[in-house]
Amino acid sequence: MDNLTLFIIIPLLTIFGILFCRDHKQVKIVSAIGMSLQLINAGILITMFLLQRAAGNTDMMLFVKDVVWYPSLNIHYFVGVDGISVAMIGLTSIVIFAGIFASWEVKDLSKEFFISLIFLSSGVFGFFISLDLFTLFLFYEVAVIPMYLLIGIWGTGPRHYSAMKLTLMLMGGSALILVGLLGLYFHSNPSGGPLTFSIPAISLVHIPPDVQRFFFPFLFVGFGVLGALFPFHTWSPDGHASAPTAVSMLHAGVLMKLGGYGCFRVAVFLLPDAAHQLAWIFIILTTISVIYGAFGAIWQKDLKYINAYSSVSHCGLVLFAILMFNKTAMNGAILQMISHGIMTALFFALIGMIYGRTHTRYINEMGGLMKVMPFLAVCYVIAGLASLGLPGFSGFVAEMTIFVGAFQHNDVFHRVVTVIAVSSIVVTAVYILRVVGMLLLGRIKNDHYLEITDAKWYEKLSTGVLIFSITAIGLAPLWLSELINNGLGPIIDRLLVVAH
Amino acid sequence: MINFSYTVFIVLIPLIFFVLLGFFGNKFKPLVSGIIGTSGLFISFLLSCYTAYQYFFVVPKIAGAFPKLIAYNTVWLRFTDTLHIDLGVLLDPISVMMLIVITTVSFMVHLYSIGYMKGEKGYERFFSFLSLFTFSMLGLVIATNIFQMYIFWELVGVSSYLLIGFYYEKDSAVAASKKAFIVTRFADLGFLIGILILSITTKTFDFISLTDPKGPALQQGSSILFLGLSTMTWSMIFVFMGGAGKSAMFPLHIWLPDAMEGPTPVSALIHAATMVVAGVYLVARMFPIFVISAPAALTVVAYVGAFTSLFAAVIACTQYDIKRVLAYSTMSQIGYMMLALGVSGYGGHEGLGYMASMFHLFTHAFFKALLFLCAGAIIHAVHTNYMTEMGGLRKHLPITHLTFLIACFAIAGIPPFAGFFSKDEILAAAFENNKLLWAVEYAVAGITAFYMFRLYYRIFWGKEQHYSHPPHEAPLVMTIPLMLLAVGAILAGLVPFQNLVTSDSLPFENHIELGIAIPSILIALLGIGIATIFYRKETNLPQKITRTLGSFYTAAYHKFYFDELYLFITKKILFDRVSTPVAWFDRHIVDGMMNGVSYVTNSVSGRIKGFQSGQLQQYAWVFVSGAIALALAFIYLWTL
Repeated sequence: MDNLTLFIIIPLLTIFGILFCRDHKQVKIVSAIGMSLQLINAGILITMFLLQRAAGNTDMMLFVKDVVWYPSLNIHYFVGVDGISVAMIGLTSIVIFAGIFASWEVKDLSKEFFISLIFLSSGVFGFFISLDLFTLFLFYEVAVIPMYLLIGIWGTGPRHYSAMKLTLMLMGGSALILVGLLGLYFHSNPSGGPLTFSIPAISLVHIPPDVQRFFFPFLFVGFGVLGALFPFHTWSPDGHASAPTAVSMLHAGVLMKLGGYGCFRVAVFLLPDAAHQLAWIFIILTTISVIYGAFGAIWQKDLKYINAYSSVSHCGLVLFAILMFNKTAMNGAILQMISHGIMTALFFALIGMIYGRTHTRYINEMGGLMKVMPFLAVCYVIAGLASLGLPGFSGFVAEMTIFVGAFQHNDVFHRVVTVIAVSSIVVTAVYILRVVGMLLLGRIKNDHYLEITDAKWYEKLSTGVLIFSITAIGLAPLWLSELINNGLGPIIDRLLVVAH
Repeated sequence: MINFSYTVFIVLIPLIFFVLLGFFGNKFKPLVSGIIGTSGLFISFLLSCYTAYQYFFVVPKIAGAFPKLIAYNTVWLRFTDTLHIDLGVLLDPISVMMLIVITTVSFMVHLYSIGYMKGEKGYERFFSFLSLFTFSMLGLVIATNIFQMYIFWELVGVSSYLLIGFYYEKDSAVAASKKAFIVTRFADLGFLIGILILSITTKTFDFISLTDPKGPALQQGSSILFLGLSTMTWSMIFVFMGGAGKSAMFPLHIWLPDAMEGPTPVSALIHAATMVVAGVYLVARMFPIFVISAPAALTVVAYVGAFTSLFAAVIACTQYDIKRVLAYSTMSQIGYMMLALGVSGYGGHEGLGYMASMFHLFTHAFFKALLFLCAGAIIHAVHTNYMTEMGGLRKHLPITHLTFLIACFAIAGIPPFAGFFSKDEILAAAFENNKLLWAVEYAVAGITAFYMFRLYYRIFWGKEQHYSHPPHEAPLVMTIPLMLLAVGAILAGLVPFQNLVTSDSLPFENHIELGIAIPSILIALLGIGIATIFYRKETNLPQKITRTLGSFYTAAYHKFYFDELYLFITKKILFDRVSTPVAWFDRHIVDGMMNGVSYVTNSVSGRIKGFQSGQLQQYAWVFVSGAIALALAFIYLWTL
């Protein structure tokens, strides 16, 4: 059994195990064991990957496995990882692990809940290891569809509306992606012969620029919908607000990264000419995302809305950096995906825990929570400081890499948009400190809150893992940055060849 | 060659104690965590002293100059081949001097806080934050590259935020901490943009190569132009914006007076002696670039500094909260330091301003920290911040009284106290370069003496107030730091800075110029004299004066309405005119479009769903009429 396929098998086995559980408690234990194994597996993968690289293996993709799956269309089960996908797998396994413990108290239909959640995660893992566009798309759908059930059944507020909106908008994005993928497929072999979905194979083909220009917007916008590209981001505030805690965590933490990863691995990597020519349009849109999301967050009163808009801003920065086409900025994009993924998962976990105690998410109805639940409050402050890019946490590393990278361009356009994006650090500080001030500091507004208890062990575990991760990356970023750089090499080379 | 790698521990020890107290502080008795924190700082202090001794007296000089030593360096994050963030320890005269200043004041403040914070909730939290701050500040001054400085720059900002908001249940403290963070963050935006411009023009972040005469920054000079100024000038102006924010220079000063909401030892450490001079330190660190490649930016520094010192001194005369008077006084004194850098040249006697600025930073740290700690002891005794509720305290607080008086003489510039020497150098440097700025600073010297002695007399003299319980002197653990700092405030002026800390690290000849010194002593005495007449005994002279000044006094009392202006910009413009419309636009226009699409889909499907009615007659009718229509159409086309 190869290591990569294990990432799909472990979730499926866990789901199988859950089916035989008799009560809520067993379900939780089985899920926790399964996802712990997944976390260990990710650790092993990262170690093995680093060892292979240290041993001098310079293949673009490692641990490759290629099995023909549907011969007549030349669809393969083709998996392999480079530094970037390894990093993303690490992120996913951390977030899902924390997510299981954050949903420790889900009691209604817990079996179905955990099954959907874990099934969703298997889709995400599959997406990150796929090197075949068809398999990639399949896993993408696997990751998106359970979301509908999870929000529609276990959500809060106007959950049916939100679930429908989110699913339809993402499906709209999928439709665009499918068109783009078919476009790639039918131009994958210009000299005649069998067509292919294989990413490495297509990357060697030179697709005519006008064809590229036609299909690039389909792919970039299609994946961009999931990456909260302005103006296709409005599913995010509603969807997150209605989703149950673990789903918000997983969605904002990992699923939105599928968008960024897809833009990067498929749209930009496979259609480099078009990417170069059309980048300016999307750079403008993403710059708007960055600033607009931040200003949108200032005004909100609902914790989840604040965080959703903040995610629009931070994920906007991911797409922004991807379009900068240099190694530093793109490295920053991947770092930002990982950093934002963990950070926002932490935020949503904490919001869920706070909501479970106060039964409201409106910041003006709360206050002084620092006094009654110091542990959670301190975690929230840490998450906030990480989010506003304080050194020592991962956000700083990612943002600085992006800004320095983006600013290295020699033309005024890139520099001006970079300065605009940089100015978001001030706006971010405003909304973060506003929330911290209103929610945690000051006097207690409601006497019922005096009876609130602080975090339970599973909540401490969930937040602890996430805080440990952002701090570890923030304190010693070099290894992660080098890991990603390692994967970026071939992609940048290809982009540079086109640029000259 | 002496191995300086142990200097890493000067920085790391406070970090270790921060983590220790942060995680396990609540396991100890409060007093124990205070003692642990203080002893940690004491080790750092001893190591700093040892480093200073080794650096200034043992290390061989290179061609007569103090060398720049990299005691430790490691790559922390790599952007490109040439651009990387390192973490390391750079030893040169100013960084070694700053090590001494920071660890001394921080140690005194730690010791003092053991007494001052007694019985407060969150005692161990206070000490862990103090350690965090000290760690960040030390990391800032020993930075080997500008990005390391930026990292610690942000960290001191957040420690300041945490400590200003220490009493987190008090709304005013929360608001003040938020304001301090956001204003300085805005300034840091400028700093970051400055760094980004440096990254493309010089391709390095490293201080040694940036300030190297043969390095890319200085070689390039002011050649590449952008909007009329050279890129290096732009870069330095932006960098200075960061410095101005941290050092509370006009117009980014508004956070500092509010920051007095924090516990008084914090004000002494962060908002008087160390963090607020980080901006001065930053300009000093980049000084060769300012002088050689960006003289226009240096002029900005000089004028901003001079204006701030005057502006703040005027406001200080009108305030009643003793901590706020001291805060404005701090701004004013930092203005002096900035001005001194601004009028300085490079090398030898030309660099007098640079030396004077560093000298004043050094002496100011002692007497300003002393003033704040005295203020803390006074507040501790009478439980109020307002001088209107004080008076006649000299009998009750003898030690505080004496040390406060020493500090007042020092800041007023009366010989032989420390402030005299450093201020005199600043005035001399200003006189040589720019008469206008000299005149401003000369006037400010008088105003300073006036408002400091106004403060002194209103606290310790005048009519004795009715206190709820008789004020008593602070415990020994608080008065010992006062006495030690008072010794510093007397003796610090004797340190021969022209031999140790100069712009080009070479010693130069320098003497007190009587032509500058005597007039400045006279104006200080004049200020003290006026204050004595006004405030020693209760008179109605001050009221008369304020009445004649009329609206000018009112404006100064309201700090020239800058708070209101900022509130207007943030609340009325950014929140109401930008953020609210953005949120509305998002919900109604962008999201409205998405909902519109779904509405159109829905309604169209509502229209066409009639076709799928399931009624056979309808299908048959459509089928037949369709067939006939097609047939007719074909016939028509056929016959055409």
